[in-house]
Amino acid sequence: MGDSAAQSATSKGVQRILTILAPFALLAGIWHFASTQLPDYLVPPLDRVFWRALAIIVDFSLFKDVLATAGRIMAGLAGAFVIGGVFAVLMHKSRRVEDFLGPILNFFQGIPALSWVVFAIIWFKHIEARILFIMVVTALPAFSFQILSALRAMSKDLVEMVLSFRPTRAKMFRMLVLPSILPEILTSWRVNIGNASRVVVVAELVGATGGVGYRLLEQQQLFDMAGALAWTLQLVFFVLITQKILNLIEAWAFKYRAQSERSL
Amino acid sequence: MSVAEVHFSKVSKFFGAFCAVEELTLDIEKGDMVAILGKTGCGKSTMFNMIAGLQDPTSGGVRVQGHDPFREFDWFRGKIAIVFQNDRLLPWRTAVQNVELGLEMLDRPAAERREKAMSWLTRLGLAGHENDYPHALSGGMRQRVSIARAFATDASILLCDEPFSALDEITANRLREEFATLVRQNHKTAVFITHSINEALSIGQRVIVLRRPARIALDERLPDKLTSDGAEALRQRIQGILSEEDRVVIS
Ligand SMILES: Nc1ncnc2c1ncn2[C@@H]1O[C@H](COP(=O)(O)OP(=O)(O)O)[C@@H](O)[C@H]1O
Ligand SMILES: [Mg+2]
Repeated sequence: MGDSAAQSATSKGVQRILTILAPFALLAGIWHFASTQLPDYLVPPLDRVFWRALAIIVDFSLFKDVLATAGRIMAGLAGAFVIGGVFAVLMHKSRRVEDFLGPILNFFQGIPALSWVVFAIIWFKHIEARILFIMVVTALPAFSFQILSALRAMSKDLVEMVLSFRPTRAKMFRMLVLPSILPEILTSWRVNIGNASRVVVVAELVGATGGVGYRLLEQQQLFDMAGALAWTLQLVFFVLITQKILNLIEAWAFKYRAQSERSL
Repeated sequence: MSVAEVHFSKVSKFFGAFCAVEELTLDIEKGDMVAILGKTGCGKSTMFNMIAGLQDPTSGGVRVQGHDPFREFDWFRGKIAIVFQNDRLLPWRTAVQNVELGLEMLDRPAAERREKAMSWLTRLGLAGHENDYPHALSGGMRQRVSIARAFATDASILLCDEPFSALDEITANRLREEFATLVRQNHKTAVFITHSINEALSIGQRVIVLRRPARIALDERLPDKLTSDGAEALRQRIQGILSEEDRVVIS
């Protein structure tokens, strides 16, 4: 009897995987059809893109460019997260600070990534410093506002309850603030990783001599569509993998939540 | 005579121009169980929050065990325990972890915390539910957990703001009796806020009726054995005060 339960669980798993793969299979089908109709240099056949993507992963001299770009994304987001966290706490504590920082951050939000590239080249000499600056400054407004809204959404009832036990600041943060805001923090990382992975290739135009953005430019000069796709796919994989990790963290952190048997 | 456990001298609290508590003077002795009765909106919670140190009076002085509960934040750690109107459990903590909260604030070792929390959960009839998350418990069970949380730190002062008003009558009656027994057994000073006359008479050794804005309209110590006639007479008097209040508001 355990067998049949295990079997149905496996078949459910298989079904899930098939559901996830279906849209990609459709995309691949369309691409494949186009590749039979159009010249290879415009729409290269799928298997060639696949082998090129694989070649990047297995060859460390290429894969290190993927790692460099991933590192830039994470460094930029980490920086923006820390500074945004400080801004959010300050804005949450004081109306004055919010009136001051809010408009500035909003203003920053309207500046295109490419403008930051230009500013970074003028202001900084060191390539990695330029990239870090761009990554931080483009993610900062979103992180600040998201963390602020998470702080605002904290339950006043629970805050008073915890305060009634007279906690130290550190305990207040660990026992109440962190668990309260964690859901929105994870969501903000999810959103910002997606954004940052699109910004990073632009940021790498500041003169980087390695990284996915640099490799993409190279493919453009070589007029190599399969290569361009293969490098693009690396970034897409990176986003998918990090989202999957965030999902796992979420599932672990929110096991306390009630589950409705019926969904909306 | 010793200093009063809770002391209000000419305490007023304004929200903008609105007066919620007006020149309230009041002493509560150690070991007393005081029921504070008044209509919704008469300033009971405001008074409660000032004892708890969550709000600062606009004028006048509040002293609890001779200290200022609003200013001396750290001094009161472990000295006041509160049962709120709603359970206010942390949803990400299991029942037993919720009960341990106050003990964690006091840096008690993990083994001691767990043992104390478990013994309080057991006394409140929740053995077997210690690892349940709040969402899996009924309203009555959740309020029991929050009572266990308040008792677990062994604070000498217990404040309760209408703790059973969100529960159904049968659950509330049973919990009220258990609660009164626990308070007496553990020699607590308890301030119990309620808008129900019956609850005030069944739980208080002293009953204070507040008018709006919070001022004392009646302050009566109940005899150890309240006869049903005596209770009825007192109920009539309180009823009279509260309905007079209505007329004042209307006129
Ligand atoms: N933070 C606040 N700001 C403004 N008005 C308040 C605030 N807290 C309470 N009040 C007002 O003070 C009065 C007394 O409130 P409260 O003490 O909660 O009454 P009770 O607990 O007796 O129902 C009410 O009219 C309420 O609207
Ligand atoms: Mg109230």
